[in-house]
Parts: sequence; C-alpha cells; structure tokens
Amino acid sequence: MNFTAVRAIYKFEMARTARTLVQSIVSPVVSTSLYFVVFGAAIGSRITSVEGVSYGTFIVPGLVMLSVLTQSIANASFGIYFPKFVGTIYEILSAPISYFEIVLGYVGAAATKSIVLGLIILATAGLFVPLHIQHPWWMLTFLVLTAVTFSLFGFIIGIWADGFEKLQMIPMLVVTPLTFLGGSFYSVNMLPSGWRTITLLNPVVYLISGFRWSFYEISDVSVGLSVGITLMFLAICMVVVWWIFKTGYRLKN
Amino acid sequence: MPPIISISNLSKTYGSGFKALNNVNLEIQRGEIFALLGPNGAGKTTLISIICGIARLSEGRVTVDGHDIVDGYRAARSLIGLVPQELHTDAFESVWGTVSFSRGLFGKPKNPDHIEKVLKDLSLWEKKDAKIVTLSGGMKRRVMIAKALSHEPQILFLDEPTAGVDVELRKGMWEVVRRLQASGVTIILTTHYIDEAEEMADRVGVINKGEIVLVEDKANLMQKLGKKQLKLHLQGSIATIPPDLAAYNLELSDQGCQLTYHYDTKGERTGITSLLGDLRAAGIRFYDLDTTQSSLEDIFVSLVRAP
Repeated sequence: MNFTAVRAIYKFEMARTARTLVQSIVSPVVSTSLYFVVFGAAIGSRITSVEGVSYGTFIVPGLVMLSVLTQSIANASFGIYFPKFVGTIYEILSAPISYFEIVLGYVGAAATKSIVLGLIILATAGLFVPLHIQHPWWMLTFLVLTAVTFSLFGFIIGIWADGFEKLQMIPMLVVTPLTFLGGSFYSVNMLPSGWRTITLLNPVVYLISGFRWSFYEISDVSVGLSVGITLMFLAICMVVVWWIFKTGYRLKN
Repeated sequence: MPPIISISNLSKTYGSGFKALNNVNLEIQRGEIFALLGPNGAGKTTLISIICGIARLSEGRVTVDGHDIVDGYRAARSLIGLVPQELHTDAFESVWGTVSFSRGLFGKPKNPDHIEKVLKDLSLWEKKDAKIVTLSGGMKRRVMIAKALSHEPQILFLDEPTAGVDVELRKGMWEVVRRLQASGVTIILTTHYIDEAEEMADRVGVINKGEIVLVEDKANLMQKLGKKQLKLHLQGSIATIPPDLAAYNLELSDQGCQLTYHYDTKGERTGITSLLGDLRAAGIRFYDLDTTQSSLEDIFVSLVRAP
C-alpha cells in the first residue's frame, strides 16, 4: 500500500478546497441559510409541525443531506475530471499507485469535505432552530455512508464526463430533482398514496428518512431499509469504479 | 549488462481499430541517451505512454529493469520519470507544491534537500513560491522536468522536450540532459529536430507508422553522414575520365558536363586540393562547384517515405 501517494492526492485535493473556500464552504452555507429563511420561515409559518416536530426543525436533516449529496458529487466529479481536462492525469496514471489508492485519495478527500460541510450546515441550522439528535452515532454513520457513496458516484461521473456539460448533466437533471422529491422538505406520508408509491422508487427517500430518524426517531421507511439501500448503492458504485479501472474506461484508451 | 528497458513484440490497437504500434522490439541500454525520431503520428508518444502506464498494451511485453510493466507496475513505474509533450500543469499550484506532490505520488518520503537541488539545477529556485500560471513557457517546461526528477528516477522520458522552445533554452535543456546522464540516469527522448538527436543521443531509433525502422549507434550513423560529394560543373563536356584521375573514383554525368567526387570529411585528407590541381593539369576546367552532404534528415526522410 502506497500511503504516501494516497496522502499526497488527499492533501492536494484538500488544498484545492482551501484555495476555493468561498465556493466549497461559504456558498453552500449561504444557500442553506436561504432555505431556512424561505422554507422555514415562509412555509413553516403555515405548516406548524410535521409528525410532532416543528417544520423548521423537520427540514434540517433533509437540508444537510441535500448539501452532502450535491457537494459529494460536485467535489469528487470535479476532483477527477479536472486533471483529465488539463492533462495532469498523466502523472496519476504513471505513478506507482493502485486504482484502489487513487480512489481512496480522491473519494476520501471529497467525502471528508462534504462531511465537514454537513457538520457546518448542521451548526448553521442550530442558529435558526433548536436541534436535538437522538442517535448521534447513527447520524454520523448515515452522514459518512452518504458522503462516501455519493463521492464514489461523483468520481464515476467525473471519469465518464468528456465535457463540462456532461459533468453538470447528472447532478442537475437527476440528482437535484431526486433530492428535492426525496422528502427533504416534507414527509412522504403527507403525499397521496399514488405519489407515495412512486416516491418510494427514489433512493434519496431512504437516505433522508434514515438520517432524519437518527435526529427525531421519525421515518418514512424502516431504518434497516434505509441502511440497506444506502449500502446497496455504495456496492453498485464500487463495482462500477472497479470496472472503470479494470477496463481503463475513459482513462487509458 | 542487461538492458534497462526491454520491449518485445509490442503492439497497440486503439478502440477505433487504429494500429498505433506494430510488433515493436527495442532495448534501451543502461545509462544511454536514446533518441526516438519519427514524424507526427508515428507512434512515439503511444510507445512512451505504454511504458509509463498511461496507455495499455494490446500485445507483447515490456520490462523495466526486469520488472514487467503490468504485473510489476509499482517497481517498474517507480524507476521512471516522465516529461510529457504538452505542458500539463496545475496552474494555481506553486512550483514547490507541485514538485513535492509528484514526489509524494511516487511514494517517496519528503526530502526538501533533494527538491531544492532539483529546482536549483533547473534554475527554478527563485520561482519556488510562484504560482505556475505566472511562469513563462520555458519555465513551465522546466517545472515538468523538475516534477519528473522529484522522485529520483533512474530512467527519464522526455517527449519532445524542446518543441516550441527558443534556441538558448534548447541548449540549456541539452545541458541539463547531459548532466543527468552523467549522474547515471538513462534518457529516452523523442524529437522532431534531427540536430537534437545528433547533438544528444548515443543511439538513434526511427519509428514510422508504428514500426521501428532503424536503430543505430549515432557514431555509425555519423560515419555514414560524414560522406560528402563535390560536384564540378565543367565548362565543356568530356567523353571519358582521363586515366590520370582514375585514383579519385570520379563519376561522370550530365552528358559529360558534370564530375562528382565522393570524400570523407572525417578523414585526415579530403583529397580536394590535389584533385583540383590534377584537373588543371589534365586541362579540365569548370565554371562552378557545389558540395552536398547526406544528413540524418535525408536518411530519416528516405526511411519514413518508404512505402
């Protein structure tokens, strides 16, 4: 195991965050605060509580997940796409490092960034609404699992993309809609039964539901199912990444 | 001593079906400077990319110091430094940062003294804290070399190191390469510039259409190149070469109006002075003369133009 190389990639990626602090940390915090103002204050004044939790408090886990999901994908996809775009990928490919070590460096850094971001957003939320986390360890487990899974997903997008348009396409057209329709701002139980069934096909529902359960012990689906679906998605991403390196897809041909 | 790089029956076919390399066999000797010449699209960069791990081989085998580049990729790649043709750099990283990153990537522990030496050798020390985006093209090229040398490689690949570089910088680059060779590094460079190969290389290889068409010691090549021809354009035509001039192996052409004399510039005597004297004695007068030399470029062009 070439830990020095993993550390080099990890540190390089973390340094990129430091250089782009506004884009990486400040802007998600500002947009989350805006969500609180718009959803929490404007809509929250009409919906007093959801399943016994005040609306402002109810949306906190969904908002954290929204940012963690999108930032994991954005960080990891950009992290690997950019060296491809500017050509510096040659150095990664010609270094004595295994594919696993490459993934560990890039995905590890992207996941770290979104976990830190998630915690910052949680702290920001604490300024607007009272927070109480029933199962902090489960909360962290869901946070880490989601950050790692979606960083892997972002890594795949970054390898697949051969232009900036493709890099943005999946996050914009697939992930953002799924996140908004995944129960960030409402309980799935509030939907008519037909829509509820359709919503349950959305994998993000399971992530948000499990995460919210760790806060308030209320969930749309069982916690076991949430963990199971997250792990399944993680496994699928791992298989795809393994295939990418095995075949050299978009990297070595 | 066994070769440091051994390439046997190497072929590369891209997904599009294009065969970039066809059954390449080549050995690079330890400590030499090997120049790989070839026109655009000949397969130079593909060959380097395969050895360095950037592209996959389709058939054949490559070993670096005895390590297979596929099964023993860690050992093989740690011996190699690569300076690619294009200036691929992290624009917003500092010179020191990017060179240190390369060392880490190759699994080597931190060694500020070595990085300092590399930067000083390449006249980059003053710019160590500068962002790469602020550097000139020539400096960026040297940063690429510094990155490749950061992990103390035994083999250095220079893919067109002086493309688009001014004359002074080219000479500076040659100097760097010579110093590296003196320190025991094996160097493989690809180039379009024939004079660069003449100046630098111990051996020269020519690749065309994915095949190695010539590998030869530069000394041997230069011996071939040392031959020159002197053409004398006569004032009148002559039917035959006078017997007194038989020793010069002259050729008569252009309906008796042109004499050609072959001589060796590396020889102690070219024989030109005595030939001119003997011509005068034989009453042969000429109104013009010119000399031509077959250059490496001529050999190169004739090789790559062959069907």
